[in-house]
Amino acid sequence: MEENITLEDIIRPENLVFQKTKLFTEKPLSYCPGCGHGVIHRLVLEVLEEMGISEQTIGVAPVGCSVLAYEFMDIDMQQAAHGRAPAVATGIKRVFPEKFVFTYQGDGDLAAIGTAETIHACNRGENITIIFVNNGIYGMTGGQMAPTTLPGMRASTCPYGRDVKSMGHPLKITELIAQLPGTSFVTRQAVHTPGNVRKAKKAILKAFQNQKEKKGLSFVEVVSNCNSGWKVSPVQANKWMVENMFPFYPLGDIKDV
Amino acid sequence: MKELRLMKGNEAIAEAAIRCGADAYFGYPITPQSEVMEYLMAERPEQRTGMVVLQAESEVASINMIYGAAGCGKKAMTSSSSPGISLMQEGLSYIAGAELPCLVVNVVRGGPGLGTIQPSQADYFQATKGGGHGDYHLIVLAPASVQEMCDFVKDGFDLAFQYRNPVMILTDGAIGQMMEKVELFEQIPRSETQPEWACVGKPATRGRSIITSLELDPNRQEQFNLKLQKKYREIEAKEVRYEKIQCDDAEYLFVAYGTSSRICQKSVQLAREKGIKVGLFRPISLYPFPYEAIESLSKQVKGILSVEMSAGQMIEDIRLAVHDRIKVQHYGRFGGMMPVPSEILQQLETQIIGG
Amino acid sequence: MAKIRGAVVINTERCKGCELCSVACPQKVLSMNENVNSKGYHFAYMAVPDSCTGCESCALVCPDTVITVYRMKPKKD
Repeated sequence: MEENITLEDIIRPENLVFQKTKLFTEKPLSYCPGCGHGVIHRLVLEVLEEMGISEQTIGVAPVGCSVLAYEFMDIDMQQAAHGRAPAVATGIKRVFPEKFVFTYQGDGDLAAIGTAETIHACNRGENITIIFVNNGIYGMTGGQMAPTTLPGMRASTCPYGRDVKSMGHPLKITELIAQLPGTSFVTRQAVHTPGNVRKAKKAILKAFQNQKEKKGLSFVEVVSNCNSGWKVSPVQANKWMVENMFPFYPLGDIKDV
Repeated sequence: MKELRLMKGNEAIAEAAIRCGADAYFGYPITPQSEVMEYLMAERPEQRTGMVVLQAESEVASINMIYGAAGCGKKAMTSSSSPGISLMQEGLSYIAGAELPCLVVNVVRGGPGLGTIQPSQADYFQATKGGGHGDYHLIVLAPASVQEMCDFVKDGFDLAFQYRNPVMILTDGAIGQMMEKVELFEQIPRSETQPEWACVGKPATRGRSIITSLELDPNRQEQFNLKLQKKYREIEAKEVRYEKIQCDDAEYLFVAYGTSSRICQKSVQLAREKGIKVGLFRPISLYPFPYEAIESLSKQVKGILSVEMSAGQMIEDIRLAVHDRIKVQHYGRFGGMMPVPSEILQQLETQIIGG
Repeated sequence: MAKIRGAVVINTERCKGCELCSVACPQKVLSMNENVNSKGYHFAYMAVPDSCTGCESCALVCPDTVITVYRMKPKKD
C-alpha cells in the first residue's frame, strides 16, 4: 500500500513532468494577471525548443501589450512599428530565407493600422508564421475599441457599446486572409482550458513546420482574454469570452492546404 | 456664462473642440493622449452640436479623413502623439499644398522611434520646419497650461480658416495628463455655411471646386509656391505670440516654451534669490517664431539659455535671432526625462555666467 | 491500479493570483493563499495536496509559468 507517500517522495527530479521552458528569459512577464499572452508566449517558445530551431529563429514584436515580447523570449527579435511587423518580417525572411521568422501581434496592430501589411504579406505567401492574439480591444493604451471589438461591447472609445451602424462590424481578418492563395494554414485557437492549450500548441507547431517545408504563410489566431480592458476577473473573462467571442470567432482550422 | 472646471489638458482639448463648433474629429489611440478621443466618445457631441467623432484604423487614415472633411470647408481636427504625428506628415504636406484649414494636436512623447510615453519637446523641428515634403509651414502654437490647451483650440481653428493652412498645437504628455483649473468659453454654434472654395457639390451656378495639391506645370507650381510664401510672410508679420516674464531688468534669459517654461519660472525665482537677474521669454507661437522680440532682448542681456526637453532644436532659431551678439547655449533632459528648476539654474551658471 | 500521486511547486513570488489554475484543476487541489507575495498577490498553493494527480492542467493554463509539476509513476506491485 502506498499510504505514506510524502510530498518529498513525489517532488523528485525523476518525477518531473512539466517545467518552464528554458527559452524564457529571467524577466518576469509584465502582463496583467490571467492574461493569455503569457500562455501564448510559452507555447511559441516550447515549439521552438521542441523543434530545436530557437537559434535559427527571428521574432518580430508589435506595438501593443506584447511590445515587450523580446524581453521575455530568449531569442533574437526585432520590435516593429505599429502594424508593420509583417513587413519587417518580410524584410527578414527575404534576406534570411533559411531562418524561421514569426510575427507576434495583437488585433489593433494586425487588423487596424497593419491591415495592409497583413494582407500583402499573406497575399505574397511569405514563408513566415503570424501569431495573432485577438482580445477584441487595445490593451496597452488603456482599453480602446479595436476592429475586433464585438457589437455592443463596451470600450473606452465606445463607452456605450460598439455601434455597428457608425463603427462597422467586427473585422474577421482571419477569414479574410484565408481567401488569399498565399496562406497555407489558417487556424483559430484559444488558451483558456488545458485542452485548448494543447490544441493551440499543436497548431503553432504545425505553423512552424510549414515554414520548414516552405508551404507559404501560416496564420494562427488565438482568441484571448483582456481582463483589465474588459474590466472583469480572469476567470470571468474566460467565461465571457466563451459565451461572446467564440460565437463570433469560431475556433478551429479555417484552411490547411 | 463662462464655466470653470478642473480638467486634464487632453480633456480640455476635447471639450474646447466641441465648444468652438468643430465639425469633426478623427483619431487613433496612442499614449499619452488617448483621453482626447475617449472624452469625445463619452460626451457624444453629435447630440450636443452635431459634431462627428470617429476612431480611424491608423493615423495615416485619420489625417486623410481630416483632408476630406477640410476639403468640404468643415472644421476638422485630430490629435495624436509623436509616432502618430510622424505618420501624418504626408497628409499635412497635402493639406498645406491644397491650402486646407485643419487643427492637429501633437502631445509629444520621448523619441525617436517608439520611444517612451513621458513628455518631450523633441518634435520641434518636425513641427516648425515641416516634417513632410515641400516648402510649407504649419502655424504652431505651444500651450503651457490646461487653459491654453483649451483656448488654442479655438484660436487654432480661427487661424487655420483665416489663412487656409493647417495649424498644430504642440504640447506634451505632462500638460496633456495634468489637471488644472480651466475656464471654458461659451458654445460657438457650428457654421451652417462653407467657404466658397469648399467642395460641397457643384451647383450649375458656379465653376467646379477642386481640392488638389497636384500641378503638372512647374511654372504654375512656382507661382503657387510664391503665393504660399506670401501667406507665410503675412503670418510671420501678424501672428507672432510670446510672453515675457521678469524680463525688464533681466541680465540673463531663459527661452523656453510649454512645460519647460513652467519649470523655468521656478528657476527664475531661485536665481533671483541668489541675486542673479534672470528673465523668462516664452515663445507661444513656434511658427511664426518670435525672432525680433528675442533679437531686441539680446541687446539687453548677456546670455541666453534655451531650455528644451530635447537635444536642442529651438536653440537654432534663437541663434538665428541673436546673430552671435551674445552667448546662446542649450540645456535639456530628453527621452522623456524632465529637468528640475535647480538643475536649470546650475546650467545657467556654468554654461552662460561662468562660461 | 494504485492511485497516481502528483504534486506541484509554485513560484509564489511570480504568481499573480489570477486563479486560472484553481479553476482548471480537476481535483480542486489549488486555492489562493491568504498570505500575499511581495507584489501583494494572493499566490496559489496546494490546499488539498493529496488529491493532486500531477495531470499538468494547472501548469498548462498558467499565464506566468510559475507551476512545476511532478507525478509519481505508480510502482508495479
